[in-house]
Amino acid sequence: MFESLSVPGLGSVVAGTALLGFLCGTLGTFAVLRKQSLMGDAISHACLPGLILAFLFFNSKESWVLMLGAAISGTLAAMVILGISRFSRVKEDSSLAITLSVFFGFGLMLLTWVQRRPDAAQAGLARFLFGQAATLLDRDVWLLAAIAIPCLVIVFLFWKQFQIVCFDRSFAQSLGIPVFFIEVLLSLLLVMVIVAGLETVGVVLMSALLVAPAVAARQWTNKLEIMTILAGVFGAFSGIAGAFLSNIGKTSIPTGPVIVLFITLIVLLSILFAPARGIVWLRFKHWRDSKVLHLDSVLSNLLNLAKEHSGKQNGHSMAMLKGISSNPSGVPRSVHKLLELGLVSEVDKGLYTPTTKGEEYLSEKTSLMGAPLK
Amino acid sequence: MTQAQIEIQLLAMATAVACSLCGVFLLLRRMTLLSDAISHTVLIGIVLAFFLTGDMASPWLLVGATLAGVFTVLMVESLQKTGVVREDAAIGLVFPALFSIAVLLISIYSKNIHLDMDAVLVGKIALTPLPSRRLEFGEYDFGPKSLALMLAIITINLGFIILFFKELKVSTFDPAFSKAIGFNPYWIHLGLVVSVSTTAVASFDAVGSILVVALMAAPAATAYLLTDKLSIMLVWSCLIGMLSAVLGYWLAHFLDASIAGSMSTVAGAIFGITFFFAPERGLFSVWQRAKIRDRKFKLALLLVHLTQHEGTIREEEECNIERLHQHLRWDEYEARSVAFEAVETFCASQENKVLRLTPKGRIIALESLQIGTNLS
Amino acid sequence: MTGPNDKKLEFALEINDLTVSYKDKPVLWDIDLEIPQGALVGIVGPNGAGKTTLIKSILGLLNPVAGSAKILGLEIDQGIKKIAYVPQRGSVDWDFPATVFDVVQMGTYGKLGWLKRPGSKEKKLTKEALEKVGMLELANRQISQLSGGQQQRVFLARALVQHAEIYLMDEPFQGVDSTTEQSIVELLRELRNKGATALVVHHDLQTVKDYFDWVVLLNVRKIAAGPVSEVFTEANLKLAFGSRVSLGE
Repeated sequence: MFESLSVPGLGSVVAGTALLGFLCGTLGTFAVLRKQSLMGDAISHACLPGLILAFLFFNSKESWVLMLGAAISGTLAAMVILGISRFSRVKEDSSLAITLSVFFGFGLMLLTWVQRRPDAAQAGLARFLFGQAATLLDRDVWLLAAIAIPCLVIVFLFWKQFQIVCFDRSFAQSLGIPVFFIEVLLSLLLVMVIVAGLETVGVVLMSALLVAPAVAARQWTNKLEIMTILAGVFGAFSGIAGAFLSNIGKTSIPTGPVIVLFITLIVLLSILFAPARGIVWLRFKHWRDSKVLHLDSVLSNLLNLAKEHSGKQNGHSMAMLKGISSNPSGVPRSVHKLLELGLVSEVDKGLYTPTTKGEEYLSEKTSLMGAPLK
Repeated sequence: MTQAQIEIQLLAMATAVACSLCGVFLLLRRMTLLSDAISHTVLIGIVLAFFLTGDMASPWLLVGATLAGVFTVLMVESLQKTGVVREDAAIGLVFPALFSIAVLLISIYSKNIHLDMDAVLVGKIALTPLPSRRLEFGEYDFGPKSLALMLAIITINLGFIILFFKELKVSTFDPAFSKAIGFNPYWIHLGLVVSVSTTAVASFDAVGSILVVALMAAPAATAYLLTDKLSIMLVWSCLIGMLSAVLGYWLAHFLDASIAGSMSTVAGAIFGITFFFAPERGLFSVWQRAKIRDRKFKLALLLVHLTQHEGTIREEEECNIERLHQHLRWDEYEARSVAFEAVETFCASQENKVLRLTPKGRIIALESLQIGTNLS
Repeated sequence: MTGPNDKKLEFALEINDLTVSYKDKPVLWDIDLEIPQGALVGIVGPNGAGKTTLIKSILGLLNPVAGSAKILGLEIDQGIKKIAYVPQRGSVDWDFPATVFDVVQMGTYGKLGWLKRPGSKEKKLTKEALEKVGMLELANRQISQLSGGQQQRVFLARALVQHAEIYLMDEPFQGVDSTTEQSIVELLRELRNKGATALVVHHDLQTVKDYFDWVVLLNVRKIAAGPVSEVFTEANLKLAFGSRVSLGE
């Protein structure tokens, strides 16, 4: 079905990387929410020895064989990581670093040993380091689909359990939800996703495709459903872009790094410009809010002055206001704005007093028990 | 052994020592993953410095890499400061991005430079003894350049540690206190980052990025399981590092495989063995002691249970040797065996089926009740 | 064992010989408690006294070294369906992508089983609970934008949605404005008047007499438990807290 496209194999590549990107983004969301971003990194590095041992054992470079090996060593690594920090005083960060580097080092040792053998072709296995989408065959895509679809179905079916366990574990337990089972399930799904992505993104850079889409998506929404899907979309988009750009023209560069750069770009843009959470947006809002705050404070100062000196008829001067303001230079501007809004009137040259409208405005503001923003 | 072999092993050991020294503080300060990040991103420092100088052996590479390391840490911290990215996610974003840029630059321009992907990950320690890589002044051959560099790094690291030992200690274990005595822990943090970066890049050439992480993480963790004292931990860490280096080398020699990979594997194996068998903190030892303590605890519990129900209406029921496991929710066999032990050690006596406290038992029970409260 | 009146005779919570240890230091030591139904019970004690541990043990979140807890005469795994838990606010990352409505609706998940999604019935229950705590207008607000008092109300609504018979609350008044505190107390009284029981870990000794019917004084061991008027005395407080405390009457 993919042969109809002009470039042979292109359809597979696009389908494969899109599917993969979507899968990584979606499951990466849960990893990030559980604060296990780097667990993905460690597991992906730890897949290497399993990959190579599978090759040696079955004497085949078929994708499904290699993935099986990768899955086994990845799962083993996950257990080791959790075991080390649970059963000794070595903390989780060290545990991750040790597992990551030792498994990977062992993998490299095997790789170099294998490369010395007469029958091994170097490129065949080394492509798993940084990934190469161009090597995706039709049947690799079917394999990917065979992994991705069950994963996504499980996420859909158990979505509410995943949500509540990630948000409030002990509360979930108190409802009778089998928390341990859900956590194990999530970890297994993570391993499956990583294994699926090895061929395209490679062992070294997998963590970015898990973490970045979720971080980017978080910037645009507060609802978990949307965040998950959006992360998937970002991931898919980066996957396709990476697959294409790493294979244009005659030179072929590893796909992994290109995907990573794309998704990093998306993250940066999201962190800066997303509404409500983007840095640029927040700065603007802060600036705008502080102006309103200043307006309010000048108005209430005027009101207090009026009360102290019994009556609104006597206005007070700009100089007086400047004297009691925390931001004297902003006073003239605020006074003009207040005049514009009709909250203040000029009773005499250079003397100001709040109007009835101004008084009402202030009393309304102070009686609202509005929620303070963080 | 040939001289070449000796030199390679010396370099391996020196690398291990330099890394282990950093590794101890990284572990104690929970910064180990930062070393993973830095060891990847020094590559971009090297690549950019190379583009500027066109010389693989230029000392500017060291500077570039160090700057890259510091830059990484600053980027991670500023991402965290935005409030929208957690620390673990920040690391997972920064280093792949920087590493990718480096890898891409290398791939695109790889016809012109000596860097290749294998070397990036694995290093070229086997090339150490080659003539072009030696430190030569006139007729004197001071050995491989990398060895000289590594020894210099060790000296600097050691110097840093010895000079600032007190400050390192305080800022690691009690940063708030160190601020209170007027010493800003951030400088030590920065010093450590610089140290890790220079060590990483110096090791890079020899052993590649992955092994740096292994050498910074595993020996220190192994030492952590062997001692509580910082100075001893440093010594153990270096010794274990050196051992991993030598054994790793011979393993690689035997299998004709990557030296860096083997060293990493051996370091891991040593950690694994220590994890299970270390005298006090090894898993088996901990389990043994836990079982004994658990037993003592349960015995004391039983005695306290007896005091609580002594002389009450329910005594027949609560202190009945056959009902114990129901009330205390213990395994039946365990309940009987604890009860048996109580009788054997004269803490309790058995009349028909009911357990009663002896004077000795009463004393132990009262002591336990005291321990069981926070009253001053 | 069965009969229409027997339920009334059951204790809400029956705790026997409960002992919990952490790294072989006892956190709870041989606790015996019988909490009657339809009471507002406060649990007080110094820091590290095991108050949170007690709550967690009742919920089956911790494994005791010895002893047991029964909920309305049932074993923990059966009885847990009759309890609603309100944990400490700090136990959760409030930057999690969820709105007020989402969080409260989570309280309905326990009754939905494995595959069912929350439907119109759950939405209705959620809205009612939000109304009760006065948070209905803020239903679509992201939870990171809530004040301490509002967060507490959300947690409470999440518990109310379960229509439980027993409520276990861990320091619900910590860091909460006085208006919210008053409304929570009102709500608890309403629940009690309808026959529910509430067990509340409480940190403020001054308000114990006003808020609670029963009090449990805990310091690793049970110091005293019973109606506030009988048990909440200077003598007992000294036993629980050491000599540094007084009621300040």
